[in-house]
Formats: sequence, C-alpha cells, structure tokens
Amino acid sequence: MLDESYYRKTDEIISRYVRDSRSLIPIMQDIQAEYRYLPPELLSYVAGQIGITEAKAYSVATFYENFSFEAKGKYVIKVCDGTACHVRHSTPVLNTLRNELGLSEKQHTTEDMMFTVETVSCLGACGLAPAIMVNEQVYPAMTPEKATALIEDLRRKG
Amino acid sequence: MIQNMNELTQAAEAARKQLNAYDCRILVCSGTGCIATGSNKIHQIFEQLVKDTPGVELVFSPCGGDHEGAAVGVKKTGCQGFCELGPLVRIQKGGKTVQYVKVQPEDCREIIEKSVLNDETIERLLYHKGETAYTSPDEIPFIAKQTRIVLENCGKFDAESLDEYLAAGGFEALKKALSMSRDEVIDEVDKSGLRGRGGGGFPAGRKWKQVARQAEAERYVVCNGDEGDPGAFMDGSVMEGDPFKLIEGMMIAGYAVRAENGYIYVRAEYPMSVARLWNAIHQLEDRGLLGDNILGTDFSFHMHINRGAGAFVCGEGSALTASIEGNRGMPRTKPPRTVEKGLWEKPTVLNNVETYANVPKIILAGADWFKSIGTAGSPGCKTFSLTGAIENTGLIEVPMGTTLREIIFDIGGGLKNGAEFKAVQIGGPSGGCLTEKHLDEPLDFDSVKKFNAIVGSGGMVVMSTDTCMVEVARFFMSFTQRESCGKCTPCREGTKRMLEILERIVKGNGKLEDLDTLEELATMIQTMALCGLGKSAPLPVLSTLSTFRDEYISHIVDKKCPAKQCTALRQFSIIPVLCKGCSKCSRKCPADAISGVLGKHFVIDPNKCIKCGACKDSCPFDAIYVED
Amino acid sequence: MGTITINGKKVEFTNEKNVLTIIRKAGIEVPTLCYQPELSVFGACRLCTVEDDRGRCFAACSEEPRDGMVIFTHTERLRKHRKLIIELLLAAHCRDCTTCDKHGKCTLQRLAYQHGINTIRFDNHRADMPADFSSPAIVRDPNKCILCGNCIRVCNEIQGVGVLGFAHRGTDAMVSPAFERPMSATNCVACGQCRVVCPTGALTIHHNMSEVWHALLDPNTRVVAQIAPAVRVAVGEAFGLPKGENAMGKIVAALHRMGFDEVFDTTYTADLTIMEESKEFLDRVGKGEKLPLLTSCCPAWVKFVENEYPEFKQNISTCRSPQQMFSAILKEYYRDPAHADGKKTFVVSIMPCTAKKMEAERPDAHTFGEKDTDIVLTTTELIRMFDAHGVNFETMPSEACDMPFGIGSGGGVIFGATGGVTEAVLRRLTEGHDPATLKAIAASGVRGDQGIKEITIPYNGMDVKICVASGLANARKVLESVKSGEKEYHFIEVMACPGGCVMGGGQPTDGTRVQRAKTRTRGLYAADGEMVIKKSNENPLMDVFYNGYFKDKVHALLHNHQD
Repeated sequence: MLDESYYRKTDEIISRYVRDSRSLIPIMQDIQAEYRYLPPELLSYVAGQIGITEAKAYSVATFYENFSFEAKGKYVIKVCDGTACHVRHSTPVLNTLRNELGLSEKQHTTEDMMFTVETVSCLGACGLAPAIMVNEQVYPAMTPEKATALIEDLRRKG
Repeated sequence: MIQNMNELTQAAEAARKQLNAYDCRILVCSGTGCIATGSNKIHQIFEQLVKDTPGVELVFSPCGGDHEGAAVGVKKTGCQGFCELGPLVRIQKGGKTVQYVKVQPEDCREIIEKSVLNDETIERLLYHKGETAYTSPDEIPFIAKQTRIVLENCGKFDAESLDEYLAAGGFEALKKALSMSRDEVIDEVDKSGLRGRGGGGFPAGRKWKQVARQAEAERYVVCNGDEGDPGAFMDGSVMEGDPFKLIEGMMIAGYAVRAENGYIYVRAEYPMSVARLWNAIHQLEDRGLLGDNILGTDFSFHMHINRGAGAFVCGEGSALTASIEGNRGMPRTKPPRTVEKGLWEKPTVLNNVETYANVPKIILAGADWFKSIGTAGSPGCKTFSLTGAIENTGLIEVPMGTTLREIIFDIGGGLKNGAEFKAVQIGGPSGGCLTEKHLDEPLDFDSVKKFNAIVGSGGMVVMSTDTCMVEVARFFMSFTQRESCGKCTPCREGTKRMLEILERIVKGNGKLEDLDTLEELATMIQTMALCGLGKSAPLPVLSTLSTFRDEYISHIVDKKCPAKQCTALRQFSIIPVLCKGCSKCSRKCPADAISGVLGKHFVIDPNKCIKCGACKDSCPFDAIYVED
Repeated sequence: MGTITINGKKVEFTNEKNVLTIIRKAGIEVPTLCYQPELSVFGACRLCTVEDDRGRCFAACSEEPRDGMVIFTHTERLRKHRKLIIELLLAAHCRDCTTCDKHGKCTLQRLAYQHGINTIRFDNHRADMPADFSSPAIVRDPNKCILCGNCIRVCNEIQGVGVLGFAHRGTDAMVSPAFERPMSATNCVACGQCRVVCPTGALTIHHNMSEVWHALLDPNTRVVAQIAPAVRVAVGEAFGLPKGENAMGKIVAALHRMGFDEVFDTTYTADLTIMEESKEFLDRVGKGEKLPLLTSCCPAWVKFVENEYPEFKQNISTCRSPQQMFSAILKEYYRDPAHADGKKTFVVSIMPCTAKKMEAERPDAHTFGEKDTDIVLTTTELIRMFDAHGVNFETMPSEACDMPFGIGSGGGVIFGATGGVTEAVLRRLTEGHDPATLKAIAASGVRGDQGIKEITIPYNGMDVKICVASGLANARKVLESVKSGEKEYHFIEVMACPGGCVMGGGQPTDGTRVQRAKTRTRGLYAADGEMVIKKSNENPLMDVFYNGYFKDKVHALLHNHQD
C-alpha cells in the first residue's frame, strides 16, 4: 500500500493536464519521473481520475518501453545498442556492466536499488559510439574498462 | 511583444544591432554529442573566466548598457557538426570565426588570453587533417563540402535565443507567407518539389493540398520528431540546434492549411530537444509570435509537445497520432489516410522535422531556387548522420544526388584507421546495404530504392571489412522484432521467425534451407504486413542476402564467419612464438579453457572455450588470434 | 456506387463500406480472423489481403471500394502468403485441438485444414500460461489467443465495459484484463459477447455439463429444467432444422429422454415478471418515485448498473429475473415433503446466456437459505449434451412442458428479443386482446433491431415515455442522457446483448451475426403468433400462483430485497 503522499502528488500531477485519455502518457511520465517507476496503484488511480478503464491504462503503460511497474535503481544506465554503437562494439560494454553488477537479461536492477542496466535502441549520440546514458547524462566512447571505472565512481558517490 | 509586421522588422534590426555590438562571442557547442564530452562544463568555465578576467566583460545585451571591457558573449549553440571531436568551441571576433576542437577545461584560460583578448589562434586546438591545420570552420573539408539549408544556423548561434534567430532573418519567411494567400503558399511548396524527409519521400506540397481541401474545419499540423532509426540523429540535432526554424516551418504549414494547433512528437531519448523546444515556444508565446492573431493577422497558432515513451513504431504516422491521443502506438489500416483522418480523426499534415525545417527557406528564396539544388526528382538537400567505421563521424547536409564516394571519402574522410570499405547501411531497420559498386551512384529517393535500400530518414552507418553482414542483418531483425507493435500477424510472428533463423545461422547452426525460409518469410511480410515499418522490416535481410549471400553460406556450410565477428564461430589460438607465458589470459578466461606453465607458451582448449575473446583482449603481446 | 471486377466477374456495389463486403456478397469467401462487420475495422490478421490488376496488395477489410477496381482474391502468391500466416499463427498457438472447447468450430482450425497445413516448421515461442477459470461464465485461455482483438473491441465498442485490452507488445503482446488480473476480479458483466466473436478457443463458455450428467445419474435427485424463450429458436440449426425455427417441443422431449424429471418453460415466470413489474411500475408512477424504472431481467445489465452507475441501483426493478423466480418457486415447491417424494431437487436453468451463470452465484440468488438455481446450461452446452446423449433431434417428437408450471403466454415468449419485455408490459397494461390492439402495440416502435428505441404511450391521461436499449454501450448512452437531464423516461428496458437474448453470449455462434439475429427473432415472434394466450395476465396459471400454494410467499420468491 502506498501512503497518502503518493496520491496527493499524483493529484498535483493530474491537475497539470486535461482530464481525458490524451493526458495519460504525460501523467505517467511525470509520475515515473517523480518515483523512478510507475506504481501500479497510481496507474489505477489515474485511470479513474481521467475517466478511462484500467484495462486501457494498463494496455498503454505496457506498450511503451519507458514505463516500469518495478522500482528502478538510483542510477539508470541505458546502454545504447543502436547501429553505430553496435558496430563499434557496445555488447562488451553491456556485458561488463552486467557482470560488474551481477545483473542479467532478466534482472535489470541490483538488490540494493542502486543500479538499473537497460539497453536502448539508439540514444542519438551515434557520433560518440559506443555511448551509454546514466540518468540523463551521456557518456561517450565507452570501453569495458571505462564502464568498470564508471561503476566504481558511481559507487563511491553513493 | 511583436504585434505586427513592422514590429517584427524592428525587433530583428534591434537584435542584429545587439549581435554586432559584441566584441567577441564564444560559441560552445551544446549538441547532445558535445554535452556528453563535457561542453556544459566548458561553457560554465568560460562564463566564469570572462567574469573574472579584467578587460573583458560577460554581457547578454551589449547595446545600451555601459561596460568597461570588451563585450563578450558566451553562448550555447546547436550541433556544430563533427561530434567525435567535441567539445567544440567557436570564437567569433571581428568578422572572423575560429573553430577549436577537443577543448578541455584547462584550455579555456589560454583561449581567453590568446584568442579573446588578443588575436592569436592556438594551433594545437585547431582541426588538423594530415599536415594542414584549419582555422575557420567553413574551410574544413568536412563542412566546406556540404551545402547547408536545414543546418544553416546550426552551431552558428545561440539555439536558446529568439533574438539571435530574428537577427539571422528568422520569421521573415512567415511574414512573407502571411502576405501570400494560403493557396499561394501551398503552391510554392508544391512547386519546390520538397519531398518528405522522414523516409517515404512523399511530396509535402501534395500532402498539404490534400489537407487544405478537406471539408472538416478543424485541422492539425503534426511534426514527427520520433527519430527512432538506430544510427540517426539529424532531427534531434535540428530540434536542439535550430528549434525556431522548425516551429516557423510548422507555422507556415498551419497557415497554409488553416490549422491552429501544432504538435511535435519528440522521442523519449531526446530530453535536450524537448527542453530547447519548450524554451523556444515560451519565448515565442511571450513575444506574441505564437498565440492568437499572429503579426496582426487572422492567423492563430498554438504549439504542443508530446514526449515519446519508448516505442520505435511511433515513427509511423498513424501510430504517432494514436500515441498523442493517449493510445497504444499501433498503426491502423489505411485508408483513411492521415490527411483525411489523422490526429483525433481530423485532417492532419504530418511531416518530419527536416521537412518542416526546409519550408522557411523555400518560402523566402522560392521554389525555383530550391529546385536548383539536388536532382530533378528529389530537389534540395538531405541531412545524413554519418557514423560507424568512418573517420569524421557527424552530422552532414548535402544536395540530393551527391554520390556515396563524396559523402564517405571527401566529407567523411574515408574509413577509420584506413580500414577497407565494405558497405554502408542506409535507411536503418527499413533500409539496406550499399556496396562498392554503388559508390559512384548519385543518391536520391528514387535511385536508392532501385538498390534495394531507402534513403529513409538519413542514418548512414559505414562498415569496414571486419563487419559481418549476417550479424548486421541479425542486429536489424532483432531491433525490428523487439520494436514490432505486435498488431499484425506477418510482422509480429514473421520477424520473430526470421530472427530465430538468423540467430541460428550466426551460431553456426543454420541449414541451407533456412535461406529459402528466410526469403519466403521476407516476401510474405513485405506483401502482407499492415504498416510501412512492417513491410520494410525484411529489407536489411533481403539486401544482405542478395549482396552477401556467400557470407551466409560460409556461416552455414563452412561454419565460418568471414569477418571473424560471430562469436560462436570464432576459433581462438595462441601463437607459440609470441606467447611469453605471462598467464594473464588464463587468469582472465572465465571458462578455464587456457592452461600452461608460467614462462612457457599457453594453449587454449577449443572444447572448453566459450569464444568470449577475453583472452585476446587481455594479451599484452598480441599473441592470441582468431583462426581463419 | 459502381462496379468492381472480382476474379474477372463484374460486381455492382452501392454503399458498401469496404471491398471485403462486396467480395462476400459476390459469393466469394476470403478468410478473415479479425473482421466483424459490427465492430471497427482492425486489419490485423491480413488474411483478407487481395491483389489488384497492378499487383498492389491490400487488405480487403479496410479498402474503400472504387468504381472500376479490378481485384483478384485467390492468386497463387496470396494463397502462399495466407498459408504461411496461418502456419505462423498455429506455431504460436496451443495445438491441443482435440481437447479444445472450440474443436470443430474454430476458425483457425478450419483455415489450417483448408490450406493443407500438415507440418509446422517453427517451435512455439510462447511460454505456457495458465487458463483463467475464475469467472463462472467465461474461460480465458491465453495460449489459444491469436490477438485478433475482436473480444477487446466488442467489450469496448458494443458493450462499453472495457474489461479487456492488449497488454505488452510484439511477441509478448497478449489480451488481458488490467494487470493480468483474473476475470473474476474485474468489472466483467459476464455477457459473453467476447466469446461470441472469438475465432478460436481463447474465450469459451465456462461449461457445467458434467455437474448436470452427475445429477441426472443420481436416483435420489429430482432434476428439473427451465428453458428460456431464446433457446428454442437457436437449437434447431445445429441439427439441420431451418434457422430460427421454434424447436421447444423437441427440446422438451429430448430433455425428458435424457432423464430430466420435469421440464418447464421460463415464459411462465416471464409472465410473473410482467405481473410484478407492471404493478411496481404503476406504483412508482403513482408515487412519482424511483423513476425511470429499469428492467431487472438481464443480469449483465444489472451488474453493469451496480458497477458503473450505483446511483441508479434503486431504479432497478426489485423483481427477480425470470430464471431466479422460477428456480425459487421450484425449490420452494419441492421443499414441501408432500411434493419432494424423498428426493432432493436440482434445478437446471437452460439459457441463451453466460451472465445467467454468474447470476445464479449471486448472494441474492438464494431463498430461505438455499441456492435457487443449481446449474445454468447455455444453449451451446445443451446442444453438446444432446449430441453426447445420441439425441436424434430431427425425428424427435414434440412434447409439452410439465405441470403445474407448464403454461406461458406469448408475452413471455417474446422476452427473448429486444423490446419484448416492453411489449409484454404494454400488452398487460392495455385493455382488450383483439388482433388490432396487439398489432398496434407491435407497431408502436418496440420491435426492430435498433440499439436504442423510444416509445411514448398514452396511459391513464399521461404520456408514458419508454426507452428500449440493447448493447451496454447503448445503455450507457441512455443512462448518461438521463443523468444529464437531456432525456426523461418512465421505463427503460435494457438487454445487454445487441438484439436481446436471441443473441446471448451462450448461443451457438455459426453463421453471420445479422442473419442469426433476424431469423431467431422472427422465430420468437412466430412462436408468439401461434400461442393462444398473448397476455401475461391472461395466463391461467397466474391466478393459481397468486391465490394458491404460494399465496403467502409471493414477495419472498419473486423479489430481491434490496433494502
């Protein structure tokens, strides 16, 4: 169960938009930006508030890659696997990050909720391939060594 | 507030005056690429340095205020082009511009002292090609050989300042359009032969005409900024680097088709584009250039931004409008087409970023000028993002009809590290591969189609001989498959099966009849899929199958990857004479496949080897190689 | 308007909205899985793709007809592509056909057979998912879903309920309620229309045949059946009788032969419903309260109001549905040791409806502490049981229902069609039963297949405003218009299924929808025409009921006690 503050925050987010289905995606984006994930309870709540069925809200939320019903780590690392990054060997970077953090294709987030590792189709930073993005910052020309160093760095920052 | 045509002229003059009053401007590239390499930091340092250094003063509006030292502006620009050499900085002083590359925080003070306070250039920060060092950005071959219409302003001025846009002639085109009749505007765009830059190449003017003649009064102008093709970042650069131009183009479209609302759908991975567009919209609203009765006319226009949420398929028109409406981004059947029933079932002009960004110049310089550039069937220029195994990675714009050789070798500087050219993948997941034999063909919408590829949005990934084309096909199919919306059977189930087969082949488990099944699936999907993305999904496979069939066959029959890239088919060996017996490889090996005695040469057990390549990467003596 | 050349033959068209309709009108069958004429065009299965004279391929379901089009429907490449699509669908589909409830009626199975698919080259990439048996009405087996979306569209567009949606995307896409909850944890009203449009066995009726077989075998159990009006016009077609023919007599006879101790006709309690509801209506009109009166015979509609319009709950008639009245009466009758004969009573209700299964499980479906209806069988299950019992339906003689509840009126029979309840009420409230009076009522606007019908009838110096709706999306419109004050009615009849119970979620589903609705409705009105007693209040058993054995229990048996 979420405490009352979540619903109050959600009310505030909803109040920025028109109450109909066109606002579903921006509202979900704002909630996710707030909590780094989309609590299912809030999705149901939003559906009721903007007058759409829960099934519709769920179907939209699960369509888009960005929405996650599970809490993500403090650092969300997106490894670009776009064409440019791929041909410049992004896979070893991804594997290093996963090994380093004990993550896999199935498990994206570390137990301590510090790191989430995901792949992304293209960051649009092809000139700097292979690139990764940590939260909103892009890191260029990655190598497995740089990836290891980055993780150490982020761990130190805590 | 700019309330009429005169006030616009006055505002532009005032802005130009301001611009000319600067003694020096430091332009820090703030494209996604340079920000990644630390240009925000550089910008910050410059601001601080200018504040702290006697003799120069940081100013934001040099006219009118009294300042003691030289008036210096520190500005963030859009993409200056060659992203790999960032952070990029330009110094504009006394009518000249110096381009610095790879500027590090410790270089900033020197730049201020030598290039801002004095007229010295710093040799080591200039762009070098061979023996030559280039001072002015326009002399650098990478830029000099381009023709820039859409990217005209990119990197030259502050992308966050409406005044700078006005000073560069911004909104002159809108002004002119508003003095023309709506039909005249559409006719001009139609006559120019401008074709949609998003991939389809459908004539923009014809689209506008179709919307204009719908009976429905409510219409929309929608911009597709969901640049999803992996390996493409042109539209993102335009949204970041010249947001006002895009909006002006959309406004002209809005005027032409009597739409009062414009929507830009920006993909989730472009937070910078969203920020710059919002900034632009707010400034335009504040100054009265967006809203009701623009420039004192009866034309009203409002802009909205929708952020994507991570779905490549939303680049397809009907999926994009569905997403704006708050639905799953699933393409719908056509007819009705978007021009008849688009956003909220209303007639909708849907073009991509680059298309709209071409419009202001067409209105200003005229259709005939536009047609004088490019080829007869595809007038104008095209932006490409040049990536992969190429020397000069970056954003370029060239006239349609430019050959691949000019793009890759003249502008792109050839392959990285002198590698041998194998192919260029063009058009992303809907495109195909062009090879050696296409190098001298002029590229335009129609010619590329003949080579089983598409111009697409303009992603160009250069591949050298160490790229495995089967693996490339697998890569694209895995992309398409992951991004399939799942609505129609051919794409949902068909691409899945194609991917399974390709995965089998790169692992060395393919059979010759798999190639027939691949082709059977590919033709079926091309014929039967619902949307354009689905129909074109098999192209990367068909294209590589026709050009590089021998590579497929060696994976299947000889169990060998000619490019030595497919992990499962690699055979690692240690060259005894080079091995010093340091044991580093055996310690790195995750599978305990390497054994030996310290000081003597080690050996790899091929049965245990999982072909990860960790040993090869770790060997300090280059003693480990992949067998042919 | 114009002409299209299909496979070399010229075909005229007028205002058909797509090429597929014209092709089918020309007598050519093009396979479809996701096309349903009454739903929006989805265009996902791509099987109806045809080719024009320039080699352009397009889906016929979504192509607007243009004069002069030249198309081909079964070229070599189309046949090849269709076959591959079907193979791909089968590859990602549970292939336990022999144990599937849709066996023999499955469109995918039929298409696979037609196209001669003998081997599947691909492994099933979908993980096995458990089927959802949580709803008493519908079983959802995601392993058999081909993602045509028919269920989603019918639930949203026709029923306006929106329980189902697509979840996830690509090969992970699935049809599911929000958060993949079981059906029982949703707002599902159990109407079963999703199951009607499902081309495969992904959505089927939650069947209860074995419970009935079991009861029939028990010598200490008296198994009694009641048969709803709409059942009689939907069974025959499965056994080669003309579509829509009233087969009541044969059904009664077949049930007797299967071992049912007594067989009754639900029209009897339909008549009681009319008696009670008319009384309630006049009472409310007199007091001017709780208007409009909403009919209560359709459980999906009642559930819908409870879920989405609780403010209208008090407007629902307190009358139990005919099924629940009948079961309560039967249980009460046999509760008397004099009638029980030492056996326990097992009430089987044979309905065109899946929602009735849910209704039988409601807490208010109990009287004096006992569950009223033991099992609800749908028409579809009944047909299967007839087959399993070797019933030769064609040669079956007709038999009459048993007494003391064996008589119903024509007014009760037409309950099965939309507007029927209203027409029966009007008959009850109108003096006289001469043909002219009855004809006038029939022509008042109550009949017909429109989703919303409005009738104004003068009664006792006032204009009684009546609305008849079928399909819950229509019902929603009606309630919204009442809520907003835009409309004012005294009486609203709603049947959840478009067309009424003849098109219920438990009915057999072969043939095209429109055709089925028409023939079955015609069958019901014909049955009404053949009946001597047209008006519920003229059913001689009414008097027996009100003044006989049940005299003191009328309210307890026939009404729900809401407050």
